Amino acid sequence: MIALLVLHAVVGLALVAGGRGLGRRCFGVAAVVPFVAFLWTALQTSDVFAGRIPVEQVDWVPRLGLSIDLRLDGFSLLFVLIVTGIGTLVMLYAGRYFSPDRAELHRLAGLLLVFTGAMLGIVVSGNLLFLFVAWEITSITSYLLIGWNDEDPKARASALQALLTTGAGGLAMLGGFVLIGQSAGTYDLLALAADPPTGTLVHVGLLLVLLGAFTKSAQFPFSAWLPGAMVAPTPVSAFLHSATMVEAGVYVIARFAPIFAVQGSWRPVVLTVGLVTMLTGGVRALRQHDLKRILAYGTISQLGFMVVLFGAGIPEATEAGVVLLFAHALFKAGLFLVVGVIDHEAHTRDIRALGRYGPGWAGPRLVAVVSAASMAGIPLMFGFIAKESAYTAWVHGEIFGSRVVLAGIVVGSVLTFAYTARLLLGAFRPGIPTEGLPEDPAVAIEAPPAPAVSFWLPAAVLGAVTLVLGVVPGLVSEFVEVATLSIDPSSEPTHLTLWHGFNAALVLSGVTVLLGVALTAAGPVVARFQQRLPRPLYGDVGYLGVIRGMNAVAKRTTGVVQSGSLPVYIGVILLTAVVVPGWALVQAPMPDLPPLTSGPGDWAAAALLVVGGIAAVVVRHRMAAVLCLGAVGYGMALVFVLQGAPDLALTQVCVDTIGAVIFVLVLRHLPTWFVERPTMTGRTFRLVVSALVGMFVFAFTIMAGYVRVDPSVSQAFLDRALSDGGGRNVVNVVLVDIRGFDTMGEITVLAVAAMGVYALARLSRRESRTERSFSPAPRRKPEREREESRP
Amino acid sequence: MRRSLILDVVVRLVFHSALLLGVFLLFTGHNRVGGGFVGGLVIGAAVALRYVAGGIDEVREALPVRPWTLLGAGMVTATMTALVPLLFGYQLMDHAKLDSDLGPFGVLHLNTALFFDVGVCLVVVGMVLLLLVAFGERLPLFGAPWKLRSGEDQ
Repeated sequence: MIALLVLHAVVGLALVAGGRGLGRRCFGVAAVVPFVAFLWTALQTSDVFAGRIPVEQVDWVPRLGLSIDLRLDGFSLLFVLIVTGIGTLVMLYAGRYFSPDRAELHRLAGLLLVFTGAMLGIVVSGNLLFLFVAWEITSITSYLLIGWNDEDPKARASALQALLTTGAGGLAMLGGFVLIGQSAGTYDLLALAADPPTGTLVHVGLLLVLLGAFTKSAQFPFSAWLPGAMVAPTPVSAFLHSATMVEAGVYVIARFAPIFAVQGSWRPVVLTVGLVTMLTGGVRALRQHDLKRILAYGTISQLGFMVVLFGAGIPEATEAGVVLLFAHALFKAGLFLVVGVIDHEAHTRDIRALGRYGPGWAGPRLVAVVSAASMAGIPLMFGFIAKESAYTAWVHGEIFGSRVVLAGIVVGSVLTFAYTARLLLGAFRPGIPTEGLPEDPAVAIEAPPAPAVSFWLPAAVLGAVTLVLGVVPGLVSEFVEVATLSIDPSSEPTHLTLWHGFNAALVLSGVTVLLGVALTAAGPVVARFQQRLPRPLYGDVGYLGVIRGMNAVAKRTTGVVQSGSLPVYIGVILLTAVVVPGWALVQAPMPDLPPLTSGPGDWAAAALLVVGGIAAVVVRHRMAAVLCLGAVGYGMALVFVLQGAPDLALTQVCVDTIGAVIFVLVLRHLPTWFVERPTMTGRTFRLVVSALVGMFVFAFTIMAGYVRVDPSVSQAFLDRALSDGGGRNVVNVVLVDIRGFDTMGEITVLAVAAMGVYALARLSRRESRTERSFSPAPRRKPEREREESRP
Repeated sequence: MRRSLILDVVVRLVFHSALLLGVFLLFTGHNRVGGGFVGGLVIGAAVALRYVAGGIDEVREALPVRPWTLLGAGMVTATMTALVPLLFGYQLMDHAKLDSDLGPFGVLHLNTALFFDVGVCLVVVGMVLLLLVAFGERLPLFGAPWKLRSGEDQ
């Protein structure tokens, strides 16, 4: 398995890096990789059914408990087959979808492959942390794929919205994983299931995980990014944003629900969010005119449905969820591919314009009808089996609120029927029959040319599978049963059949279809009703509000914090230095004061320091002030010498000497005299700050030297300098060996600061030159003028 | 530029001794007073003296290297010293030492930490040089009349 993941990543990156010359044929190359994965996984089927689960493990960062645990159990098997199967078909389809001379196709193909590998990583990972890594890779590749057409500002904005939404959710999920993993002491999914942790921390962690899953699966109120993501090319939408990536959130919920559904507020949160998403998504789909946006809102609605089924943690509902996941991937990818064919030939996806087709469209139309029927839950389609199982599960449901959930999913399914009808009639009948509007002559288009058979063949394959499995669901019954068992070992999955007898679920299905037909027939009324509804808060508004709010806060914070005034900056830094450690200082016990002097030399040094310090403040001549500062430095050096630290003294003298020279150079740019006109308050403030700092430093030095609690590290340094560091100069051994890493950082800072100073000096020079020459463009004078000005 | 003859001569006399002192401090640093930082500062001070005596051209003549070359070389030397032990299976920044008896000249202590010190020293010298170049080039604002070097962009 690990080899397959690596293969996806390597081939994908290779295509991105060097596939430019291949053009459209990249997709042919790319299709091979998921197909190999599909075949390999299919060969494992009998093993998995027999309970021999393929496992691979590689230690990654053992100290963090981070290992790559790959397990191909029943649910993973089903998911891998869906991802790789649809992946192969989408690659083949993309090879026909794009025109051969389209640039940057290698990037698209490569990113799709990398994404496929990451998606497989999510579903076969047995370790939460590795799952998170793969999860983030899908977010990033999704961002790059949505923004693939990087010249389109709308694509970039949508890509960013998707990344911010799913990325924020991903971070929340990481927090959740860590909380749960630390409470349980393991990040292994199997170990978590065997011994689930409990407690408040785990409840918070679960909510965070749900936040991540909801953003990824575009649940209310985080749905807004998914319709936006439809600016991506149709193969990307079909693959990422209907069949695979958005189901990653559902996948995590499915894995967690049997373990944690009974804990905290998991069940109420999941069921509420899922139902609200299912209903709002359905209602919004009924307002759209763009085929892809109808499908996008439909996807949101169906994802809500899946969240309800998987999130409950009830074995029967879980099985229904597995069937729905399978069915949805098939029919939604098929519908997207057909919409892509229409878009490609007719150059529009607007249902107000579409409707007339020439000969040769019977095939795509049939595929669309089959897939749509499956989505609407018409008998003999696979989607019908899924909906039937869902109804059965909730009719039998024994948890609190089962009836509400049942009513919710029936209403949701009615809406699904209605938007499916809107999609189908809108695409294949002139005008908007569902709203009773006649064809708009202004936008109506000529009948598009017939598409090539090989173009819509991948869609036809998906449609055929939908139909076959709808009639003979027993073919995949074992897949579903094993998948359900691997999600929830306590479940007793039933065999899938078309006919369950005359029961409540069948009646509800009939009611759904009848109500759906009625809703479609009442289209004009619904449309008018929707016109009057206020534009509800669907997340677009929320997303924009959050982004704008953050910008506003950032702007205001920057305005306050970065005032641009040097005295303010220095004042803040100094006051912080006084207040924070000063607080500890006040609370510390008063030490015994050290002796005032240790010899007559101290008096000399002190005199030099005091006189130099006072003079530096008092003199008005800049150069004199600098020299006074230098005197203070030499006074310090004298103190070092007297205290027996010749190397410190040497360094101090050198630093002061060079400092004085550099100061002199800088002072040439400044006025000779200090010009000071601060206000009375300003002057008082400065005085107070400097007095505080002075007293603080004095007190701190005394305290620090005399209130030691723990033994000094110096002794260890002294002991180990010669034996470990091989040097007698302890200071130097500390610098280059014991704390060599610090020195490394310091010289880096030194180098960077020097370059910064150089750049600033050059910059100011260029500005002054501009002023001097009064020319608007001082960089380079015209040739003739330069000749003249040369002496 | 007006140049003081006495200062000029004295600086030329002191310059090489100061350079030697800096190198000495650098090499002796591991066992006695000194080290890469002080060594670099002494060399830098020597260069600054040349500047005081003869301006930036004199500095260029004394140290015909571009400052960022020194900075880069110093960083590379220090980083390599830190990284090379990894190649031989040691920890980052592990140092090897070697004592060899040179008979009448005493015992030679060699330590790979010296290379790290050399890197530090180069960075310090590079920084001083860079500051001198940044602020010390003849400036229009200074008011003194001078000629442009031919070909220099105005």
